[in-house]
Amino acid sequence: MSRRLLFLLPLATLALMAGFFAWSLMAGRDPASIGSVMVGRPAPKLDLRALREGDKPLTDALLRTGKPTIVNFFASWCTPCLAEHPLFTRLAQRDGAVIIGIAWKNKPEEARAWLAKLGDPFLYAGQDFDGRTGIDWGLSGVPETYLIDGNGIVRFHFRGPITEKDVRDAILPFLKGGKP
Amino acid sequence: MKRVLVLLLATLFALPALAVDPSEMLKDPALEARAREIGQALRCVVCQNQSIDDSAAEVARDMRRAVRERLTAGDSDAQVFDFMVARYGDYVLLKPPFKLGTLVLWLGAPLLLLIAASAIMLTALRRRATAPLPPLSDEERERLRSLLGR
Repeated sequence: MSRRLLFLLPLATLALMAGFFAWSLMAGRDPASIGSVMVGRPAPKLDLRALREGDKPLTDALLRTGKPTIVNFFASWCTPCLAEHPLFTRLAQRDGAVIIGIAWKNKPEEARAWLAKLGDPFLYAGQDFDGRTGIDWGLSGVPETYLIDGNGIVRFHFRGPITEKDVRDAILPFLKGGKP
Repeated sequence: MKRVLVLLLATLFALPALAVDPSEMLKDPALEARAREIGQALRCVVCQNQSIDDSAAEVARDMRRAVRERLTAGDSDAQVFDFMVARYGDYVLLKPPFKLGTLVLWLGAPLLLLIAASAIMLTALRRRATAPLPPLSDEERERLRSLLGR
């Protein structure tokens, strides 16, 4: 090999790195994304007090009804939750989605007031005041949303608020029985 | 003056504050020490590069509590790490595990160093092999002349 070619090696390394950085910037790669290990596994345990007074407690059985179910962690103090709320309202009213809402680190009376004001899309609502259930679900904060299939397997995990695009590309196909 | 000096010296010995609240600590100092060691090695999942012991985030507090609950329940350190990895994946470990997906991470830098070192050594060896011979001494020159019959 010619010696001169060897001198090109640093340049080639630089080009390789520059290429990688450019790709990282442009491919919509989110370095803050931590992924999820929940997808493909049975949903973690659910054992919560109901948010609404007089409701029955939330149990695992709710996740194994044979029907696809959406589980949404929210809080009245969380602004992105406010942003995604109308989407859940529409999913419940127009598409008949079964949605379980879990108020995370939220005083029950504040969560109830929030839902009373904005409308309550949740067929079942629970409270995770101390965040223990959140840890079991691998939650990093609110809002986060899980799609659970009829057999209780987690099929999707959204960190952050869901968007119109998520509804169209993942949630609606999932509710219709296709995989998201 | 003296007071200022004392204050300045005091800042020298200041340690970074941990987010661990006295109310979260375990009564058993041995268990608490283990919880601290584990807490330093677990990544707070919303802070990119802070351990759960250093972070004041809500979820970090919950993770610290979970670590202490597991230890109190009799888990080994490895079991506590497994508990967290089962929920948050390898991301939660500040020291990534050695496996196929992390080979480049672990071996990339040493491999590059090895390549660079062997390149330098090869070059040095080659240079030595082709280095010009030292000039003849006067005595050698004398002998050479007599051998050549001049």
